[in-house]
Amino acid sequence: MEPLSNRRKQVEKKDMTLAERAYLPAIAQGLGITLKHFFKKKATVQYPEQTRERSSIWRGLHVLKRDENGAERCTACGLCAVACPAEAITMTAGERKAGEEQLYREEKYAVTYEVNMLRCIFCGLCEEACPKAAIFLQDDKLAPARFERDEFIYGKDRLVEPLKTTETR
Amino acid sequence: MESVDLLYKAIYILVIFGITLLIATYSTYFERKIAAFIQDRVGPNRAGPAGLLQPLADAGKLFFKEDFIPARANKALFILGPGIAMLVATMSSAVIPYGDMLLVDGREIYLQAIEVNIGVLYIFGVVSLGVYGLMIGGWASNNKFSLLGAIRAASQNISYEIAMGLSLIAVLMMTGSLSLREIAAQQAGFNWNIWYQPLGFLIFLVCAFAETNRTPFDLPESEAELIGGYHTEYGSMKLGMYLFAEYINIFVASSVMATLYFGAYNFPFMFELEAWLVDATDSVVTANNIVTLLGVGFMFVKIFLFIFFFMWVRWTLPRFRYDQLMKLGWKILIPLAILNILLTGGGILLKDYLF
Repeated sequence: MEPLSNRRKQVEKKDMTLAERAYLPAIAQGLGITLKHFFKKKATVQYPEQTRERSSIWRGLHVLKRDENGAERCTACGLCAVACPAEAITMTAGERKAGEEQLYREEKYAVTYEVNMLRCIFCGLCEEACPKAAIFLQDDKLAPARFERDEFIYGKDRLVEPLKTTETR
Repeated sequence: MESVDLLYKAIYILVIFGITLLIATYSTYFERKIAAFIQDRVGPNRAGPAGLLQPLADAGKLFFKEDFIPARANKALFILGPGIAMLVATMSSAVIPYGDMLLVDGREIYLQAIEVNIGVLYIFGVVSLGVYGLMIGGWASNNKFSLLGAIRAASQNISYEIAMGLSLIAVLMMTGSLSLREIAAQQAGFNWNIWYQPLGFLIFLVCAFAETNRTPFDLPESEAELIGGYHTEYGSMKLGMYLFAEYINIFVASSVMATLYFGAYNFPFMFELEAWLVDATDSVVTANNIVTLLGVGFMFVKIFLFIFFFMWVRWTLPRFRYDQLMKLGWKILIPLAILNILLTGGGILLKDYLF
């Protein structure tokens, strides 16, 4: 039969030579290989003390930013929820009342804003869709493992950037 | 014997006993470290600096586990098994000369616990008793798998003891003595037996691996696939004793190999060094003591290298199949050892004839 590729190889079973039957050359070779690994640099990252370095464009946990006066930037326009391919973002919009100018930058704001971290695929499309530069994926925080499903639904309490003056953590 | 001599001996025996236990303890640590390094890992490094307290943590864990004796087991023998294994392992280091002679207050102190003129036989006798530890442990468990494991272990140890003894006879033919001190003394300087007995050493090394149940031949244990062998029913510190005895056996086997083939406490240029020291310090006693202590250092370096080799091989080679093990022992090593005896005898006769 015509071979389909020129990589066909005739397999033959030869008797072992004396050196092969004596095991010792093969053992010496094996010992050489393990000794080479003995002196190799280890890849281990000592996790709690060290963390693996992340890329500067790493997409981690979301944050809802405030402007320079400390007012929330989000206007609940819903573009992020539309852009989200995993449909992880939900929000309800509300109207700013008089006297809340320090809290919300524009007349409309998000009363609730939830990201379901079990659905989120951390693609960063919400970040790109946001016209107000309000939502970002941080490069230094991860959504940690938790025991209950509903703990993965992050509300505004965990998403909004803390105020600089009240920052305690 | 004077009481001062007795005191020196007692101190020496205690020190050697302590060193044996210490080395066995830290062998477990270095085993794990070496395994990790060979597998590109880091190994235990949480308990104490660089994980140095890991053996203590392991021992603590073993002590606090339930000390379990199976209901239908023979209770006395079940306890006796690990005891014998441990006792026999620690006994065999008694005749090994870890160093030459120290001069203290005009007294000659040999760095050897007991000097017997049948030292080699003593070691062989005591090491073969170790099989009883395994056999009793396996039998007393009243478990057919333990018993099968024990039989497996016993037949392996007995098979390889023959080749080991035969490979040793060539050394005894050369030195003409069974005393380990005498054998060590004859290898003064760089005149080591390994230069005359490479084949004998190779056979002895392979048999030592089999005798200590180390990896290419660790069928008695084969912890992953043959449910532990003779110590299947053991737990807590009794299991710890068995494992500990294995590490002591490695230490003893390493010291025996260093003594018989690698010149024990002798090192190259020791006489030149001693002559130079006599000139430099103007005292024969100081020069002798310095060289002796250096010799002890060299002895332990050789032992550590052998222990490292044991572990290095363990993490390199897979296990032999049982029929391969028996074939290697009976059909290859024993004929090779007999050939080695013939070659040695011929060599000795040739030397007498020529010179």
